[in-house]
Amino acid sequence: MHADPFFLSDVAGFLGGYFAFLAVMNGIFALVLWRSYGQTGRALVWTVFAGAMMILSSLALSGSPSLVPALPDGVRGLVNTLSGPVLYSLGTVALCTVLFVFRSFFVRPMVAWTLFNAALVLMGLSMADQNFALIVMKPDNVPIVGLVFLLAFFTWVATKQAVVNDERIARGEPPMEKLDDEKVLVWPDLVYTELICMVAVSAFLLVWAICLPAPLEEPASSVKTPNPSKAPWYFLGLQEMLVYFDPWYAGVVLPSLVIFGLMAMPYLDFNKAGNGYYSIAERKFAYLTFQFGFLVLWITLIILGTFLRGPNWNFFGPFEYWTPYKVEVLNNVDLNQMFWVNWLDMPLPRAAVDAPWYSRIATVLLRESPGLVVLGLYLVALPPVLAVTIFRGMFVKMGFIRYMVMANLMLLMLSLPLKMALRWTMNLKYIVTIPELSLNF
Amino acid sequence: MAIGETIRNSQIWKSIFRHPMPLDRRNRIVVMLTNFFLHLHPVSIKKQGIALSFTWCMGGVTFFLFMVETVTGVLLMFYYRPTLEWAYNDILALRDVTSLGILRELHRWGAHAMVITTWLHMYRVFLTGSYKPPREFNWVVGVILLLLTLLLSFTGYLLPWDQLAIWAITVGSNMARATPFLGYEGPGQQLLTIGGIDMITDKSDARFGLLGARFVGEETLNRFYVLHCIAIPLVVALLLAIHFWRVRKDGGISGPL
Repeated sequence: MHADPFFLSDVAGFLGGYFAFLAVMNGIFALVLWRSYGQTGRALVWTVFAGAMMILSSLALSGSPSLVPALPDGVRGLVNTLSGPVLYSLGTVALCTVLFVFRSFFVRPMVAWTLFNAALVLMGLSMADQNFALIVMKPDNVPIVGLVFLLAFFTWVATKQAVVNDERIARGEPPMEKLDDEKVLVWPDLVYTELICMVAVSAFLLVWAICLPAPLEEPASSVKTPNPSKAPWYFLGLQEMLVYFDPWYAGVVLPSLVIFGLMAMPYLDFNKAGNGYYSIAERKFAYLTFQFGFLVLWITLIILGTFLRGPNWNFFGPFEYWTPYKVEVLNNVDLNQMFWVNWLDMPLPRAAVDAPWYSRIATVLLRESPGLVVLGLYLVALPPVLAVTIFRGMFVKMGFIRYMVMANLMLLMLSLPLKMALRWTMNLKYIVTIPELSLNF
Repeated sequence: MAIGETIRNSQIWKSIFRHPMPLDRRNRIVVMLTNFFLHLHPVSIKKQGIALSFTWCMGGVTFFLFMVETVTGVLLMFYYRPTLEWAYNDILALRDVTSLGILRELHRWGAHAMVITTWLHMYRVFLTGSYKPPREFNWVVGVILLLLTLLLSFTGYLLPWDQLAIWAITVGSNMARATPFLGYEGPGQQLLTIGGIDMITDKSDARFGLLGARFVGEETLNRFYVLHCIAIPLVVALLLAIHFWRVRKDGGISGPL
């Protein structure tokens, strides 16, 4: 579909270098395993892997487009067919859950290295797909690829130390960070690190600037709207939320709540443990809440909004052509419609044209009563119920005001995944619809 | 060698550096106290606190990137004119004909990198629990700096004045017209009507305040240029000073209590 006949020969050079880099990287890794750690068997496995990368590299550079290593068409088609917002969202949640539950397995250096290489190989094989390469290689999207790998790396670094510390704390020993309370002089120990950091960052930035030109499209035109029109990448999580909420909530209220919630965090987290060292077991609730908000909601929605949302904000699989003619059925229904028309088989309550103002307000309230009851139960009734049940201990320690702020922030954060689930299962559009006030929720 | 010694013994050198090279313990302490750029640091520091696997250096890298953005940004300001007539052409020339046009690449990629390193810095501070007392307030300052970093990047996104720029800003700023009560499509703006006259229209709402017009146009370019080059960097510089000051005052670099 709209294939560029020269695409594979264009991308072959890049892929040749990419796989050669993987080969060298794993060759060095094998050498270090062998010489420094004496792990001959493992070194052999990674040498074989490096050899395989070398073969992929030579295939890419062979000059024949048909030999460029790529994912089979069948696999790509299957991925495109299977992927959708539901599978993507549930899949990332499931992946994060598995990584979290079995974290002591996944932080092992050999396991992490295997996963890292698997991701890189998959990435390389995918780059031979024109539709994939087109989106990933867009200059402004390159930082997101970097972000994903950096986040994975640093999450590994942190979790590895947290696993060790948690085991130590469980045995009654202090965390690793407490073992060494030696002090060193800032000159030279910190000042030199800073200098090396500055040189490294400058070099990295220069190479990036030389290799990748900054994007510059056609001159601005207020009459030619691009399809899709996207905000800068760091706001694409917010733009993705527009699928489920109106702009007043997704674009104004929720972002403000994110900022407010982040600021409130140190005053809500009453747990004194886990201050100044990596730990998960000592602060599981705070950890899971933050990771759910940051990794699951913020980061994965940015990835979804950037790489998988095409023209008309429709969902496209990673190897799918972004056609503006893709048709998606929109059969979403408001809750008032579901309640009055579908379940009670009645028309929506409507006030007469000449009805006095109080009667019109009463009609709106009656019409929206199912949604208002649901929202009332969720935001007003649920916090006290939680306070006397599962959050009982927290409520006692936090006090009324702190608990209420925490519970409401939490419920508002969860309003996003809940609305997603309602949309997917019931085609629910709005819970409350008051066009008289432009208020849809 | 002799020349080096002559220079180091000259009155000029000695008036700048009040003590010998930091080669022994005494002078390594003195240098931290007498050098303006170094006095931000303490004299000695927890060895554990500066271990790379613990601290990741991301706060420092973010600050360094802020300085890179300042330097490249000032140089770009000499060249770029924020008007409808010139904005796009100047960027085009930076790409195609101007010597050192790579400054634009450095500036743009540095900005993306800064957003990422800010997030990673916040991530590390959270994962080590370093926002807990006594550092609560510094975390709050950090959150404001995070927001300002995003706004710096957002305002700069418009300046090339190409299709990518104006439509990204259009999509982003369209949210503002849905601000509750203050946006002309927002919930509750109907209530702000006095004597049959709407107070909130597309010429008086939050989006108008942001753009300086009803659509992204020349007024917006000027407004974003001033915000990007002057207003936000000044606020960021002040908050950075507070942020660093509080690191020292709130118990120093993070580590177990």
